[in-house]
Amino acid sequence: MELTGAEIFVRCLRDEGVEYLFGYPGGAVLHIYDALYKQEEVKHILVRHEQGATHAADGYARSTGKPGVVLVTSGPGATNAVTGIATAYMDSVPLVVFTGQVMTHLIGDDAFQEVDAIGITRPCVKHNFMVKDVRDLAMIMRKAFHVATTGRPGPVVVDIPKDITAHKTDYVFPQDPSLRSYRPVTDGDPAVIRKAAELLLTAKRPMIYAGGGVILGNASSELTELVRWLGAPCTNTLMGLGAFAATDPLFVGMLGMHGTYEANMAMHECDVLLAVGARFDDRVTGDLDKFCPNARIIHIDIDPASIQKNVAVEIAVIGDARLVMRELLAALTASGRRLDAPALKAWWHRIDEWRGRHCLEYDRANTEVIKPQFVLETLYRLTKGDAFVTSDVGQHQMWAAQFYKFDRPRRWINSGGLGTMGFGLPAAIGVQLAHPQDTVACVTGEASIQMCIQELSTCKQYDLPIKIINLNNRYMGMVRQWQEFFYQSRYSHSYLEALPDFVKLAESYGHAGLRVDKPHDVEAALKEALGQRDRLVFLDFITDQTENVYPMIAAGAGHHEMHLATDRELA
Amino acid sequence: MRHIISILLENEAGALSRVAGLFSARGYNIASLTVAPTEDPSLSRMTLVTSGSEDVVDQIRKQLNKLVDVVKLVDLTENKRIEREMLLIKVCAEGGERDEIKRLSDIFRGRIIDVTERAYTIELTGDGSKLDAFISVIHPRRILEVVRSGVIGIARGNASCVPDDRSSCLNSNDPAA
Repeated sequence: MELTGAEIFVRCLRDEGVEYLFGYPGGAVLHIYDALYKQEEVKHILVRHEQGATHAADGYARSTGKPGVVLVTSGPGATNAVTGIATAYMDSVPLVVFTGQVMTHLIGDDAFQEVDAIGITRPCVKHNFMVKDVRDLAMIMRKAFHVATTGRPGPVVVDIPKDITAHKTDYVFPQDPSLRSYRPVTDGDPAVIRKAAELLLTAKRPMIYAGGGVILGNASSELTELVRWLGAPCTNTLMGLGAFAATDPLFVGMLGMHGTYEANMAMHECDVLLAVGARFDDRVTGDLDKFCPNARIIHIDIDPASIQKNVAVEIAVIGDARLVMRELLAALTASGRRLDAPALKAWWHRIDEWRGRHCLEYDRANTEVIKPQFVLETLYRLTKGDAFVTSDVGQHQMWAAQFYKFDRPRRWINSGGLGTMGFGLPAAIGVQLAHPQDTVACVTGEASIQMCIQELSTCKQYDLPIKIINLNNRYMGMVRQWQEFFYQSRYSHSYLEALPDFVKLAESYGHAGLRVDKPHDVEAALKEALGQRDRLVFLDFITDQTENVYPMIAAGAGHHEMHLATDRELA
Repeated sequence: MRHIISILLENEAGALSRVAGLFSARGYNIASLTVAPTEDPSLSRMTLVTSGSEDVVDQIRKQLNKLVDVVKLVDLTENKRIEREMLLIKVCAEGGERDEIKRLSDIFRGRIIDVTERAYTIELTGDGSKLDAFISVIHPRRILEVVRSGVIGIARGNASCVPDDRSSCLNSNDPAA
């Protein structure tokens, strides 16, 4: 039986096992919306802005490992989605984004709501497709899901002209989506893996640096086994938090610009570094000339282009993190040898000295103003470290990364690569839909939250009981911090005047709101919010305006050149 | 260092812009770029000349290979190769100059392919340095227009840049092939 393109679209989503479609209707996708109306298998989540759709799909994808799926209309629908697509691209999140397009015969005529979506998205997608014939639609959709979810994952855009969704053809779900030009490597080279094992066995000061690739590759348990076998310290990147349990004694915290003293110093002094699923980003490495000066480096990554991109490494294993680490552990075990125990003991002694600096100390005893760190520590304690935490971008993001100890992967959802303010709330929508029984906390600030605040309406429509932890310091905190440090406290346009009353704002959307401005009320307010299982609670914490994120490595400095706090500089 | 990279691309709309966009987005150099269809209508051949340190060229190769439309990539610089470029040049040729231009063209194995009372159009093929040499012997004031094709190249010997699954007489046991 012949189906229309719109009907085929919906059938394909169903056959791909798509649960939720995040979208916003418009002229070019009306045939598709009509087909969605006539079925119940694929649930459509109506957002309030297309950026929200992509972030929500992204949160769904990061928290489940399944691809997030988006449908937007042509023109502004597509351009509004671009920020979310670029966010997913930078963090290698599998998304499939369908953009409507004007009728085929109008393309290139500057038709109403026409934009070159393929051209605009090209630099921030893993791949994109334009559908030119309804007979290709099913295969292109199949390929889009295949490309988005395999290898190093990433967003794929499919642009569908409106007439294609009305044309008819037979529907068969294509079985084999393989492309001759796309064959991601999975197994690492056994000879190289043996060399990596040999090098690790010679280490006197080993260090494991694990990134988001471990989470994307579902390789947390392999990483944990490997780290424990080696008895080596492990650090996670911002994207990798939860890949190795934060409460494990072998964990030394996050590394990089706002990483812990012990993690960065261990990077600086290690003699063998094993990097897994991490890409030596500038926020992690600092000054490349001072990066790991004593280390021989092993790099495991599924993307050959990540290898030797920023840092020259001695041994590179291209492959799936899970398979490669499994093989690496097998090679280590088969060697019948262990690491030099006295050397390892001395190494840990050194690390414990660094830990003794207590680099995450802050003024806990303050009873006058709320310290943002205190809110996050309390959130961690009350949720027993088991909540899903989404975040926006800025100081609150760093504090959440430092003070919420993630023991499991896919619990920490933030925009690491692109640093997209406005990400947190819509991402929480996707996470809460995927995990209806779990606590989802959106850690945000009064600047970030306003970039996608309209999604409070979506939360109401779908009864999503997200807990918004707004650390309200009346500043774009991270901008203010840099202006204080590097621009002699000239706070150029970083002070937010005319802030809304967030409590009333939340209430006007039909949610509960609560303002907290005293430290002794923090715990009670969080308990109250977490106890409300069936509604969104917006907690507006009025926090210390001048608190800075420490430790800090200034841009362009080395790992050993950290600042612990204004009054106790180490460097 | 200069590298000449041969790429088989899916013959899809937009494939060329993916390559060109990659170079501009990541700040890589393109000295020349030629594209044309191949004997297999689903594939285009692109020959790209770029330059950079070994690290940069290594990244260029990897980033190109990451493009989903790239079916096969070979850096011809790594082995012996043949390079060719075509030059079409229109030069002033009047009076006594006509014989001299004709002689120069013959020396470089060029062909005069169009003639007017005042000008010759000459076709010349060779590697880039040969074309440069020819241009340099013509007085700049005589040069009316220079059109160069950009470099194409092919590996010497039996090595080839073709899709991995393609069979040929070299990898077949069939003696008749």
